[in-house]
Amino acid sequence: MNEIDFTILFASVIAGAAPIVLAALGETITEKAGIINLSLDGSILISAMTAFAVSFETHSLVLGFLAAAAVGAIVAAIVAVFSVYLGQSQVAVGFVLTLTARDLAYFIGNPYSRLQGLQIHPMPISFLKNIPFFGKIFFTHNLPVYFSLILIFVCWWYIYRTPLGLNLRSVGENPRAAYARGINPQKLQIIYAVCGGLMIGLGGATFSLCTKPGWGRPQGAEGTGWIALALVIFGGWHPIKAATGAYFFSFLQVMGIYFQSWLPTVPAQVFQVAPFPLMIFTLLLIYISQKESVLNWAEDKDRIKSILAMFSGRIPTALGKPYQPE
Amino acid sequence: MKPKLLLRYSKELILTLAVVFLFTTIILLVTGAPVLAVYYHIFKGSLGSWAKFGHVIKTWIPLTLCACGLLYTFRIGLWNIGVEGQVMMGAIFATAVLRFGVESHFSELYLFLSILAGIAGGAIWALIAGYLKTAGGVNEIFAGLGLNFVAQAIILWLIFGPWKRPGIASMSGTELFPKALWLPSTFLLRISPIGIFSAFAAIILTALMLRYTRIGLCLKAVGNNPKAAYLFGVKPQPYMLLAMIFAGGFSGVAGCLQVTDVYHRLLPAISSNYGYLALLVVMLGNFNVWISPAVAFFFACLNIGSVQLPMMLQLDSSLSGVIQGASVLAALGMQAWRMRIRSNEVGAFYE
Repeated sequence: MNEIDFTILFASVIAGAAPIVLAALGETITEKAGIINLSLDGSILISAMTAFAVSFETHSLVLGFLAAAAVGAIVAAIVAVFSVYLGQSQVAVGFVLTLTARDLAYFIGNPYSRLQGLQIHPMPISFLKNIPFFGKIFFTHNLPVYFSLILIFVCWWYIYRTPLGLNLRSVGENPRAAYARGINPQKLQIIYAVCGGLMIGLGGATFSLCTKPGWGRPQGAEGTGWIALALVIFGGWHPIKAATGAYFFSFLQVMGIYFQSWLPTVPAQVFQVAPFPLMIFTLLLIYISQKESVLNWAEDKDRIKSILAMFSGRIPTALGKPYQPE
Repeated sequence: MKPKLLLRYSKELILTLAVVFLFTTIILLVTGAPVLAVYYHIFKGSLGSWAKFGHVIKTWIPLTLCACGLLYTFRIGLWNIGVEGQVMMGAIFATAVLRFGVESHFSELYLFLSILAGIAGGAIWALIAGYLKTAGGVNEIFAGLGLNFVAQAIILWLIFGPWKRPGIASMSGTELFPKALWLPSTFLLRISPIGIFSAFAAIILTALMLRYTRIGLCLKAVGNNPKAAYLFGVKPQPYMLLAMIFAGGFSGVAGCLQVTDVYHRLLPAISSNYGYLALLVVMLGNFNVWISPAVAFFFACLNIGSVQLPMMLQLDSSLSGVIQGASVLAALGMQAWRMRIRSNEVGAFYE
């Protein structure tokens, strides 16, 4: 049996979760504004490919990240414009883009597969890395990982503590009321979908330049987009809970190596499915915890109430139903 | 009225195809691929010989089956993205039955049972998603998506665990079934008459069901306005489950045929993404039971034709997916454009 070094284990959980955190945060912002960007899986792959190809050609990591963010934003903008201004189903457009962007990434990225490209280097923070235990876990990473950690709190603060964040939530909850208050729901939805797309693109770039460096078919990021989508629900549309879900998933992935040695007959892919039944279970819990009979039953049972509260999240009311001006 | 409508549709079709052709050509030019050679190889690789045509038909059959199933769920307003997992479950159940038939002398009986098992497998997987939707309030998109990944994990577990090949387990799947358990195929095109028959049966049955039966009418009523349907005494939930059973059943047949007619074993990529592709087929086919099989044929040609690209031109075969996706996007855009024109016309009328 392998010995587990907890500092290394947790450090690799944090590093491995970075792209998923970025994608899940981007999707949370998008969905808070009432748009479902279902194209996540494809846009992560195409931005990962773009980041690798651009940094390979220009020898610049910064350009790679910027290009990936731009591609993520473009895909998100297509979903948003088709739904907000053209009145098409977000799910349909997003789903088509998932498949198209993935295939486009494979096709354009073909000449770049299995090449040795640039890769981001770790940048330990000199003062903080010497803190016992925590220093090694949190402060020995590279820039995208730090960025993902900071972004979790920035997102939470922006959504729940600023006037702009209130506008963002109001558009996702009740665009008609927001319109009456002088907000242009259509414009805001496009803006936040694009912002979310930027983050998703950065998540893709983090994949191909740092977490799983390189490009190929398959790259290794396949399926991550769906997991991020599941995590947004698992987190009840709350950025911190969604990020927690991402770390939990990353933990399962890292532990998969140990599970493999404990249960050698079960292939590693089986463990990676864990988020999906959890997602279904969470959706069930959300539904159940909002039923009146259940709420009455849990009224005087504090422990059950706190469990329900932990899982309960509210779907943005206008999610998937864009505002149509009269 | 009718010829005018036809004229407008054909005008839109030509415009859509032109947009897709332009987009694909730009992508090819950007990647520096020889444009004409690519189109030539896709055409020659799909319709260039009878053998290739046989492959196209083998792809067309499962695509059409899944598309027919999806017509029921789209009609009632459900986004059955779980069709991919339903294909896999059909394949798993069919394989389970066939494993009993390996030593048997009644191979025809087991082949017949495998189709029933495929239907059951797909329908059960669809019913789980359906129940989660109707009784558990879980959106069918996320339930279906989750179940797809679970089905994939079950296949991997079976291939590496209980059903592994004697000796070494590998991604290439379970052991090949004996020839007696392959669906009989014609000598000329190497396609199975039973497969062709089931695809055409699915088209005709779906057309009749949706057009001429009470079930079809009720599905449409719930899909268009669930509240109004409820007031008329049509409960949405049972019809949603029914639509899921049909979708799962047809996809289950597709999964079964993938085992008995195409691969003759269970392998991780048994569904070949046909479920997801069928969603695109139905969208591009304008949710119509007669247009969708034609779109499925077009998609099958692209899939088979693009297999030539890596061999002949060192390009990735995923170009087919790019063309398919671009077609659907262009069609959706065209639809939005048509709606906009119509609403402008109505507006002008009232002004």
